[in-house]
Amino acid sequence: MALLEVSNLSKIFGGVRAVQNVSFAVEAGIVYSVIGPNGAGKTTLFNLITGIYTPSEGQIRLDGRDIAGVAPHELARFGMARTFQNLQVCMNMTALENVMVGAHLRLDRNLFKGALRLPGIARRDALLRAEAAELMRLVGLEAFIDAHADAMPYGALKRLEIARALAAKPRVLFLDEPAAGLNPTETSEVDSLIRKVADSGVTVVLVEHDMKMVMNISDQILVLDYGKKLAEGTAAEVRRNPDVIAAYLGTHQ
Amino acid sequence: MFRSQFFGLIVLAVILVVLPFVLPNNFYLDLAIRMLINACIVLGLNLLIGFAGQISLGHAGFVGIGAYASAVLTTHYSWSPLGAMLAGALAAGVLAALVARPIFKLKGHYLAMATLGLGIIISIIVRNEAALTGGPDGMPVAALALFSFEISGEKQWYWVVSGILLFSLWASLNLIDSPFGRALRALHGSEVAAQVVGVDVAKYKLAIFVLSAVFASLMGSVTAHYVGFVTPNVADFFHSIELVTMVVIGGMASIYGSVIGAVLLTALPQALAGFEGWETVVFGSILMFCMIFMPKGLVPTLAAKFGRR
Ligand SMILES: Nc1ncnc2c1ncn2[C@@H]1O[C@H](COP(=O)(O)OP(=O)(O)OP(=O)(O)O)[C@@H](O)[C@H]1O
Ligand SMILES: [Mg+2]
Repeated sequence: MALLEVSNLSKIFGGVRAVQNVSFAVEAGIVYSVIGPNGAGKTTLFNLITGIYTPSEGQIRLDGRDIAGVAPHELARFGMARTFQNLQVCMNMTALENVMVGAHLRLDRNLFKGALRLPGIARRDALLRAEAAELMRLVGLEAFIDAHADAMPYGALKRLEIARALAAKPRVLFLDEPAAGLNPTETSEVDSLIRKVADSGVTVVLVEHDMKMVMNISDQILVLDYGKKLAEGTAAEVRRNPDVIAAYLGTHQ
Repeated sequence: MFRSQFFGLIVLAVILVVLPFVLPNNFYLDLAIRMLINACIVLGLNLLIGFAGQISLGHAGFVGIGAYASAVLTTHYSWSPLGAMLAGALAAGVLAALVARPIFKLKGHYLAMATLGLGIIISIIVRNEAALTGGPDGMPVAALALFSFEISGEKQWYWVVSGILLFSLWASLNLIDSPFGRALRALHGSEVAAQVVGVDVAKYKLAIFVLSAVFASLMGSVTAHYVGFVTPNVADFFHSIELVTMVVIGGMASIYGSVIGAVLLTALPQALAGFEGWETVVFGSILMFCMIFMPKGLVPTLAAKFGRR
């Protein structure tokens, strides 16, 4: 059984069919990429799977369990984590605290224990602080460990989101354009980071416009166009697919 | 960062210990007590507004619930002050929990309107139930006796209220730096980001709303016993606005800002008493200038200026 199975998934916004009848499956442990032109429905697909939107139609199964319409905070319990195309960093917190928030479900969140700073809470938080700093080093943000989030540049914030997602120790990680707006050096850093994450056993579902990165890194690629599934396969297969070539060169319409 | 915050606690404790010995008379001690009580309420409100990012324009309603629970239950039903105080806190907490789910589906102006309405309803009830509450004239409240010990006189009240404030500050500093507090601040920073890491946003908003309502109610009871008299003003719209103004002037999401805001805005009307009829105008102008030149509030602005966060 595949880790993630999507069948006949659709989402309609008013008159816009953002995702239409899309089906695919993601095996555990692979890097699965979703590509497609602007407005193809990639982010909408992520929002459906991670519970931000409720599907208009179709099923989403994680480990065989139907998760369509389940709230995002519930899905986090099942090992889902994600980053956002439009940054969702908490600018009212430090960089390190942003990462620490990622570990939310692994902590004792009791209000009264927190307010009285019981020894257990303080000890766990000290460990978490070190853990979060380690994650920031992993994503290449050692320079910002003591920074406040609102003092960080765009490229650093994108990687901060990855660190936060990793702090949850997810089984499946959704990355929505992690390299958008990054310079070539930063992009190759993100590239090797994704490899490292995938090698550690985390399933990665990736949306990315940087074709070099996608072709290099992906085990499987899904191509969307106007909300529909256009093709699916390995990098080599997708690259040869005439429909894909047509969509990217804009010869249809 | 948080080391230095606890250092502030020690500084404040020293000031509080020295203060009664340098204040010339009970008039100033009374002013100090009212500052400290307001600081407590504002601290609770700041957790909701500044840290969790959820506005409440009806918070005086909860202060009123506590004040009138203490007044009515001890006077008409001969409850013990402690029992009445806890009953008020329970009522405020239950009410807050009941309205939290529908109310926090709203955001921004709509949330402001809904909480405003809640506060106004409470204040109207207090005003209209004259048989129990004395209506617009208010009613007297017995002294606060805990078991066999009775708190009386400004000196005793001062120590009690100082203790409550110091403890609340310590607990609040702990809270915002705990898993619960970080989740709360995260949902303020980005609700969707908080959700996807597993924060049940509705539950956290409810929890902090109930906490700040219960705390406001407890401090309402304390006020009632200290003053020895309650009027519907304690629950009304203007008091709610005054509390929010203290949060904003002191600094949103600033623990010590809550204290500074409460101290300044409690003292300001006294300081302006010489303006004879123009106090309100001067008061309003000062607030306006504060907001124009220090939109983040006093403490965060000054902290940024001196290179600390
Ligand atoms: N919340 C929404 N309400 C209405 N329409 C939406 C909403 N979200 C997305 N859409 C529409 O759905 C379509 C797909 O958008 P989506 O953001 O999923 O595309 P995308 O593939 O992620 O594009 P990009 O590469 O630019 O990020 C677009 O036409 C968009 O305008
Ligand atoms: Mg997108």
